[in-house]
Amino acid sequence: MAIDLYGGGNAIKTLKEARVGETVTVARVHGEGPVRRRIMDMGLTKGVQVLVRKVAPLGDPMELNIRGYELSIRKADAEMVELV
Amino acid sequence: MARSYLVTEKTDAILNIIDGTNIERNLYLTTQLIELGIPVVMAVNMIDLVRKNGDRIDLGKLSREPGCEVVEISALKGEGSDKAARMAVEAAREGRVGELPHVFTGSVEHALAHIEESIQGMVDARFLRWYAVKLFERDERIQQELNLDKATLEHLDTHIRDCEAEMDDDAESIITNQRYAYIGRVVEKAVHKQARTGDLTPSDRIDRIVTNRVLALPIFVVVMAVIYSVAMGQLPISIGTKGTDWANDVLFGEIVPGLFDKLLLNAQGEPVVAHWLYGLIQDGIVAGVGAVLGFVPQILVLCFLLAILEDVGYMARVAFVMDRIFRRFGLSGKSFIPLLVATGCGVPGIMSTRTIESDRDRKMTIMTTGFIPCSAKLPIIGLFAGAVFGENPLVATSAFFIGIGAVVISGVMLKKFKAFAGDPAPFVMELPAYHVPAWGNVFRATGERGLSFIKRAGTIILVSSVVLWFLQGYGFVDGVFAEVEDNNHSLLAAIGNGFAWIFYPLGWMGDMAWKATVATVTGLIAKEEVVNTFGVLYNYAGDTDLMQDSSPIWAAVAADFGAVRAYSFMIFNLLCAPCFAAMGAIKREMNNPRWTLGAIGYMCAFAYVIAMIAYQLGGLISGEAAFGPFTVLALVALGVLVYLVARPNPYKTEKLRLDVRKVVTAK
Repeated sequence: MAIDLYGGGNAIKTLKEARVGETVTVARVHGEGPVRRRIMDMGLTKGVQVLVRKVAPLGDPMELNIRGYELSIRKADAEMVELV
Repeated sequence: MARSYLVTEKTDAILNIIDGTNIERNLYLTTQLIELGIPVVMAVNMIDLVRKNGDRIDLGKLSREPGCEVVEISALKGEGSDKAARMAVEAAREGRVGELPHVFTGSVEHALAHIEESIQGMVDARFLRWYAVKLFERDERIQQELNLDKATLEHLDTHIRDCEAEMDDDAESIITNQRYAYIGRVVEKAVHKQARTGDLTPSDRIDRIVTNRVLALPIFVVVMAVIYSVAMGQLPISIGTKGTDWANDVLFGEIVPGLFDKLLLNAQGEPVVAHWLYGLIQDGIVAGVGAVLGFVPQILVLCFLLAILEDVGYMARVAFVMDRIFRRFGLSGKSFIPLLVATGCGVPGIMSTRTIESDRDRKMTIMTTGFIPCSAKLPIIGLFAGAVFGENPLVATSAFFIGIGAVVISGVMLKKFKAFAGDPAPFVMELPAYHVPAWGNVFRATGERGLSFIKRAGTIILVSSVVLWFLQGYGFVDGVFAEVEDNNHSLLAAIGNGFAWIFYPLGWMGDMAWKATVATVTGLIAKEEVVNTFGVLYNYAGDTDLMQDSSPIWAAVAADFGAVRAYSFMIFNLLCAPCFAAMGAIKREMNNPRWTLGAIGYMCAFAYVIAMIAYQLGGLISGEAAFGPFTVLALVALGVLVYLVARPNPYKTEKLRLDVRKVVTAK
């Protein structure tokens, strides 16, 4: 179920903006090179459901629950992950 | 790396141990391994935890689809490991590989088949699929390895592009997505997960407190305080310190020297071997090696406790909490652990950099870990704080901050150099579920670190102790080479005088120059040697504890060193090349002579520049140093340093932001 919260669909929502406790679905991973590869290897791929578990005490990185395990990712890298 | 090893070494069989509690993510690697066409035996580890969670894994189904044998094990409980090993040997003997699993579907499989057709005969038939997938992903190394001509590459690319157009995605994502989709199908069939009650596992509940917004940092401080009290403190619970005291005072103070005395002395107390040989053994080897081995109990206790923290999963949380701070100066949260360990001893600190998988971060962490004031550097601080600065607590505090500052400045400066340039490594890290420590792992980690320390003591420290003993005890007296009574005439003093000029810009001149030089050199053996050397050189050798209370050498040291000069000496010795043991650790972890020399050279150069700036400019203000060419040099050095820290990063990539913008406009 995708609800277009952003009107005309001009803005894209990334994983960085997802709130704690929210479950979101990945649309695609942007960027290039080894960083992107590593993010995808860890299971952040198209269609996967991600639960944003928490944000570290100093505001970064964030902890995700994905494919049954806990993954830590920086917000700068989470920004590369576009959500549905 | 590991993959190219498996392909080029023609491995017979692979025993793939996967974490049963995190099966999806682990199967990702398994599917890649199976594609290599090498027999794979899959061992599902932590099966005890899987059962405890109420989950069930259907081994038959898990085996059938990917086409490899599966066995349940629990390394913690020692269950099934033998069986797994037997099955791997069996698989290697048979060498039979079934049909490869149907991981990819539709147009991807179609494109892969085309690629396989084009490279047939160019690679070992077993690895055909693996090469095809790599070429599909446009892996440049594989393209080069196969030496494909332009026409073939262009032909392959047509197929890849067709597939990309059809899937509306790029080749790399297509492969990763389909792999995970395939795994999803396998897991759905083979794994029956118990519905989670309330969605909170015990691990989640622990994390609620341990990485809590408010409590995370205080908890961390308390944990560390407890660890350091036990390993290095002066409290009743400090078993590490007790062990080290015993090793220093009893084992290497009485037992071992006594043993050698029994062997080497006759009834009259005269050596039965040559006099020099007795001195070499007792004063050189036993004293020198013993001084270093004395640290073993503290290091073992520290390594043991840290290994527990690592094994239960706490260290990953520390990295998670601290990443924000460390990223600012080019390091990652994972770099924090080595720096922390180094406050006790740099050797296990440098060794613990091994858990940092980004090469760039690891090298930078190794280069900066030695700046942290370790426990052996504390006596140096104590001596000068007491002798020259009237036990002003600000001196010790400033020394600590100089260490931290050196790490931060180096991080900011180094990340702008080409050797450390490139995409910042993503801090993508699995936070493993907390679990009871696997004592096997803990003891192995402790033993490995402890043993390598002992091994170094037996080799490099042994040699350097002998050399130092010789240089300190012999020299030319009235043109004749002989044992010297007063070590001011020793070869060591001559060498110290010969090299003292190097430190002239640091303000080391006059009577203190050669002593400071020699102390710096002996400090390379072990940093506490610096203070011991002063004890010897100021002729107050003996039982007096030079680091505590107003020692008799304080007045002599204070007279020789001015305040600014003492500070420059302290800075240089805190920051320059660490002790031999730590240099050995750097060599082992860098595993590359150029990087090893680079790291040690960098530390020395950095220490020199900072000490020079401190002396020349500090001295100018206090009146201890006059304006001269070195003042200018110090000002220039300061300017260069500020520039290197403040300049924009020439290698910074802005790809990410551009990419997002591109997407926005494309929509």
